[in-house]
Amino acid sequence: MGTAQRVSRMMPFPAGAGMARALVERNVRAYKHAWTTLVSGFFEPVFYLFSLGVGMGALIGDIDAGNGRMVAYASFVAPALMAAAAMNGAVMDSTFNLFFKLKYAKLYDSVLATPLGPRDVAVGEISWALIRGGLYSTVFLLVAAVAGVVESWWAVLALPAAVLIGFAFAAVGMAATTFMRSWQDFEYINLTILPMFLFSATFFPLSAYPAALQWVVQATPLYHGAAMIRALMLGDVGASLLVHVIYLLVMGMIGAVFAARRIERLLLT
Amino acid sequence: MPAVNTAHTPIASPRPVTRRPGRMWDRALAYWMMSYRRVWRGSIISGFLSPLLFLVAIGIGLGSLVDDGPAGGIEGISYLMFLAPGILAAQAMQTAISESTFPVLGAMKWQRQYHAMTAAPLGIADIVLGHLAFIAFRLTITSTTFVVIATAFGAIESWWVVLAVPVAILTGLAFAAPVFAYAARQEGPSGFSMLFRFVMLPLFLFSGTFFPVDQLPVVLEVIAKFTPLWHSVELCRGLALETLSLLPALGHLAYLLAWLALGITLAMRGFRAKLVV
Amino acid sequence: MTLRAFEATDAPLISARGLTKRFGDFVAVDGIDLDVHRGEAFGFLGPNGAGKSSTMRMIGCVSPPSDGSLRILGLDPGADGSRIRSRLGVVPQRDTLDEELTVRENILVYGRYFGLSKAVVRERAAELLEFAQLADRADSVVEPLSGGMKRRLTIARSLVNEPELLLLDEPTTGLDPQARHVLWDRLFRLKRSGVTLVLTTHYMDEAEQLCDRLVVMDGGAIVAEGSPRQLIAEHSTREVLELRFAVDDHAPYQAKVADLARRIEVLPDRLLLYVDDGDAAAAAVHDRGLTPLSVLVRRSTLEDVFLHLTGRTLID
Ligand SMILES: Nc1ncnc2c1ncn2[C@@H]1O[C@H](COP(=O)(O)OP(=O)(O)O)[C@@H](O)[C@H]1O
Ligand SMILES: [Mg+2]
Repeated sequence: MGTAQRVSRMMPFPAGAGMARALVERNVRAYKHAWTTLVSGFFEPVFYLFSLGVGMGALIGDIDAGNGRMVAYASFVAPALMAAAAMNGAVMDSTFNLFFKLKYAKLYDSVLATPLGPRDVAVGEISWALIRGGLYSTVFLLVAAVAGVVESWWAVLALPAAVLIGFAFAAVGMAATTFMRSWQDFEYINLTILPMFLFSATFFPLSAYPAALQWVVQATPLYHGAAMIRALMLGDVGASLLVHVIYLLVMGMIGAVFAARRIERLLLT
Repeated sequence: MPAVNTAHTPIASPRPVTRRPGRMWDRALAYWMMSYRRVWRGSIISGFLSPLLFLVAIGIGLGSLVDDGPAGGIEGISYLMFLAPGILAAQAMQTAISESTFPVLGAMKWQRQYHAMTAAPLGIADIVLGHLAFIAFRLTITSTTFVVIATAFGAIESWWVVLAVPVAILTGLAFAAPVFAYAARQEGPSGFSMLFRFVMLPLFLFSGTFFPVDQLPVVLEVIAKFTPLWHSVELCRGLALETLSLLPALGHLAYLLAWLALGITLAMRGFRAKLVV
Repeated sequence: MTLRAFEATDAPLISARGLTKRFGDFVAVDGIDLDVHRGEAFGFLGPNGAGKSSTMRMIGCVSPPSDGSLRILGLDPGADGSRIRSRLGVVPQRDTLDEELTVRENILVYGRYFGLSKAVVRERAAELLEFAQLADRADSVVEPLSGGMKRRLTIARSLVNEPELLLLDEPTTGLDPQARHVLWDRLFRLKRSGVTLVLTTHYMDEAEQLCDRLVVMDGGAIVAEGSPRQLIAEHSTREVLELRFAVDDHAPYQAKVADLARRIEVLPDRLLLYVDDGDAAAAAVHDRGLTPLSVLVRRSTLEDVFLHLTGRTLID
């Protein structure tokens, strides 16, 4: 057994995904024909940042970022927007786009006729979602820095953090997609994502929620994502960061293993 | 067993009734209503839940920060009451745009219902107006529901808001008609993501729904005032807060009607280019 | 056994015993046995729903068998699916072209799935586009291509890894006659160059044109096996006399001519008389005072074989 193989067996990551790169290459090529769509994706979180940060910021003023420290509302909301953008991008890629490839374009029927296996498909698609998400996050972070809402150099770590959020959501989104029967089922995804987007201590701090609901908020993955990036961008680095990281890592691992297994069942009939 | 009608035994059959083109839009409407019966469940979330969630999250949650903020609310009232009519207008825009993008492209290119209608005696005007009428129906339901729920939340207090429902319907149509023209000319859905990201989202975020446009830099403020959504927000908010006066109201209405008229003209032209070849 | 060692033997490329595919309780492939040898053109002939595609998908290692044994290139599809697939070319029943890519990119990207270097796939893509007569459409997107062009592209794409075994599931179904002949010509060339072809079809003319050996499938089972000529000799007569009368029901005529033929089939619109001398039989029919609307003498085809074996026509 070769070293690479031995290492891949030891990882909880699905093994036998050595050819996933070819699928990423395919996606890069496909996006060369649709680069406007790719580029337009940069703007969405930026629009939100200016509407909320600048427009709402003037109405709200400074707020308590959690530990008695007062920050401008824009600095408070920017990290949450970055986390939410990472989530949204990953979910879009791993649900709508994946479903289209799975059910309509029959893309994987042709891929699986080649040496690539279901695990390559799962790993390839998740990797691509992460690459795209990483690109978007980089641009957002730069815009946020220029706009003056980044308060600490720790913010550099917000990039890998955003990729981690993307991983967790892409993996779980992919697993969920394998259960989808029709486009109507996607309402369930919207039903999960939109409340999470609005109520994960994203737009207003945890203390603004009724006490009974605070633990519900803290259970959501986006809460951990937003809190993680907020800690980094505000420079409030502490041990709680680890909790966020572990939460998202475990969620992503479970999702990825499950997704690969489900795709195998679905495609190899 | 029903009698078999062969060519040799003609029976009296009702003749198809033809009216003048442009007077048969109710038939196109009937088609859309029928197909809506199959899928209405799917529209619940986008139709009712999403504006409601925004109202609670931004109006109540974020609103508590605004009301505690430097100005203590906005223009002297609670943020929730400021926001609710804005969301009513924005929801009308969103419903109308989503109903006039994929459905129109699909009927033009994929399922080709429009082609089936042109093969029947329906004219271009019937097809456009019938589909717009269906969107008006959808807007009526979503706007009414939102107003009722927002009132229950205490976000709306004035009876004048009853008039905001027809305003919301007009708003939606003023968006739907030009989007019809745009969608009819698309070859695939990629143009829609441009529309959503560069038209719908900025309008949603910057046309006065969430904060007064005078907080924007002057250039953006002027642009915002040219968008139909801003005029609609002004009308809805003016009615809900009882601050509207007649002359500006007429101006806003005229502006929305002008968009609708222009949109219908363009939509008819776009549909004709695709369907009459 | 390694692949190299396997190549040195003349063991069959495909070997199946009791191969079975079930979907829930439904048995789509019912315990078939078959061997396909190197250099052969092997066909599955059968109507829709016979289980041809299910069999092909098992051979293509994208559908695990429910029962029985299957060896492809001497390997077990369950354990070595990826290695086997790297040496197969697959043309599925429905084109699975990548509509987000251009014609050329379809071949390039597909080649990369096989781990081929970029230089190699570029070179092969150029050759294959020539082969498929698509060079002038290389940079067009896939969607506007005609059915025949898409099919040729799918075949070109399946050849990018220079497969030794090419699986074609209904390669020409839905194409116009001219496009079919172009495709047949390409497949002949491949066969001549030593590629082993396995194809399914419900067209008897296609099976006769392309296959050295074939099996007739019906209801998931193999009902006959042999070369087209053998099958015709075994299960039909040399000639067929087709009689069409000016009536709605041809059954009553059966008795009147029964003794003239070895076997008679009654179809809704005509009678088929299986005879050794069609002209003689036609004369005899005439002598009995019967006046059919039309009389046709033709050679037996695989369609007749199928009709005999199953009592049904191939295309209904
Ligand atoms: N994934 C599947 N699930 C359930 N039934 C299937 C599936 N695939 C094929 N079948 C059934 O198996 C039978 C054989 O199908 P198939 O192999 O496609 O036949 P052919 O290719 O000869 O037309 C058909 O009755 C078909 O409906
Ligand atoms: Mg088939």
